[in-house]
Amino acid sequence: MLEVKDLNLYYGAIHALKGISLTVKDGELVSLIGSNGAGKTSTLHAISGLLPISSGSLTLDGRDLRKVHPNKIINLGLAHVPEGRHVFARMTVEENLLMGAYIIRDSKKIMKNLEKVYSYFPRLRERYKQLAGTLSGGEQQMLATGRALMTDPSILLMDEPSMGLSPLLVKEIFSIIQTLHDSGITILLVEQNAKMALAVSDRAYVLETGKISMSGPASELANDDRVRKAYLGA
Amino acid sequence: MKKSKVARGYFLNTVVIILLFTAFQILTSAKGSQGSFKLVLIPSIWQCCYLMVLAASLNLVLGFMGQLSLGHCGFMAIGAYTAALLSLACERAELFEGKSDPAFILVLFSSVIAAGLMAAVLSLLVGIPALRLKGDYLAIITLGFGMIIINIINNLPFCGQDGLALGSAGASLYKNGLGFGSKAKVQFIWFALLVTIISLALMFMFIRSKYGRAIKAIRDDEIAASASGINTAKFKVMTFAYSAFFAGVAGALYACTNATLSTSSFAFTNGGILNSTFVVVMVVLGGMGSLTGSVIAAVIMFLINYEIKNGQWVSALPASLSGIFEYPMLVYAVVLIVVIMFRPKGIFGTYEFSLQNLIPDIRRALEMHRTADAEKKEANGNA
Repeated sequence: MLEVKDLNLYYGAIHALKGISLTVKDGELVSLIGSNGAGKTSTLHAISGLLPISSGSLTLDGRDLRKVHPNKIINLGLAHVPEGRHVFARMTVEENLLMGAYIIRDSKKIMKNLEKVYSYFPRLRERYKQLAGTLSGGEQQMLATGRALMTDPSILLMDEPSMGLSPLLVKEIFSIIQTLHDSGITILLVEQNAKMALAVSDRAYVLETGKISMSGPASELANDDRVRKAYLGA
Repeated sequence: MKKSKVARGYFLNTVVIILLFTAFQILTSAKGSQGSFKLVLIPSIWQCCYLMVLAASLNLVLGFMGQLSLGHCGFMAIGAYTAALLSLACERAELFEGKSDPAFILVLFSSVIAAGLMAAVLSLLVGIPALRLKGDYLAIITLGFGMIIINIINNLPFCGQDGLALGSAGASLYKNGLGFGSKAKVQFIWFALLVTIISLALMFMFIRSKYGRAIKAIRDDEIAASASGINTAKFKVMTFAYSAFFAGVAGALYACTNATLSTSSFAFTNGGILNSTFVVVMVVLGGMGSLTGSVIAAVIMFLINYEIKNGQWVSALPASLSGIFEYPMLVYAVVLIVVIMFRPKGIFGTYEFSLQNLIPDIRRALEMHRTADAEKKEANGNA
């Protein structure tokens, strides 16, 4: 279980996150929605140690994440799929995936995880020898997600997986998120596409200018008047 | 399944290398005393050997890790001087009698390894602070290092004149424990080839390993690499040292071919082929990220250099044309520009030659060629 309590983060003098608290229980799919600049990405970066926080507590299964170096956080079972995909453009698809398993030493386990990722994303298996930079946007998103899954994480942080994709691909990505969730992976999803995010999530938090303004089961939020007006365009 | 394929590849390569090696040895023993073979071909192979190792080692840093290092010949100089002085010390200590003594072979191998280690250790001194910098700054600091190392060697008394205790600073090293004459070059050609093959194989295995993948990941996206759990600073320094090791080995081979060592041959102002920028040219020419490319490009650059200096056709040209060959740098520049115009990623791009994949690779290339042709025809037909 991931627990965030009273998280405060500053960019210089700007108070970007103002006391955020949220929890993600095992097996849950929780989404964090909100408009540009609300602090969604900052929250994820704070959780995975990429940004220093000024106060608050971050625990994963009872362990304090604040004391762990960013390149060791992955050892605790927390994987981050960064915004804008960040694939290794001049390496092949398979090399990208093997990079995800970098911290695993057992080669049998690596092969097993590789097989699992290929079963989630058959398209990646077809293109295993292709350079990642030549994949389409949707395929790159699959690759970035697959790479994060290579460590068999207990929780997956996904940052704007639908960014810059065509409506058809957005649908495909969300159906993949749904599949991952169904197979028992815990996911914290950050999305601007509130409609799709609420449709797949168990629970959701609405972030407004660095504060959580609303939270609850996703189906309730989807029917909430304020949410509908602000984020669903209805 | 995958593992057996890798093992088969290694087996195939080993067998082919041994066959070629034996064939070459037979040829050498048959023709070793003939004039042009002894005086032209064998010395050329020696030169090609150290150029190949040098270019391939720079490719690790430049092509696979994506960091521009302009001081590679500095590491080569360190290696050359280390090997020359170590073997000289052994000679003065009378550890071996003449170059046919079996003990000499031991000295030879230890000199090469010591040369590599010395270069690697000194590269850590530069690498640890320098690799925190990026791009142009790293290029500037390594360029500076290349110049500094030349000055340091020039001012070390044991690196000048007669070497070790007998030396005086500021002169070329006239005593070299290695420094093969043309007869010894024929006798020890197997050594040059063996060191080259082992070095290239070690670099190739490094690139294919988990660590090779990690440095390519750092080149492509440092943030994502760090998020995958890679300690990027450690890997950069480690690769830099690994690359410097082989530059040092190339230096040791260089010390074998030259009776006299002079720092000016490694200096940045050197118009010859041993100049850090020309090593960069070799790597770019062959393809950044292809060891095969570096090896081939080293041979091409050597041939161009050789033709410019010794080609009969140069003197047959009218004076106005042959004047350009007074400035070999101009010729290299033109070659580089022409290659970059037609093949922007270098001759080989990121392709690696492999015996096992040779036939499928050729088939695929032909198929691509055919489809491109067909598309062109179709486009013409539509127009």
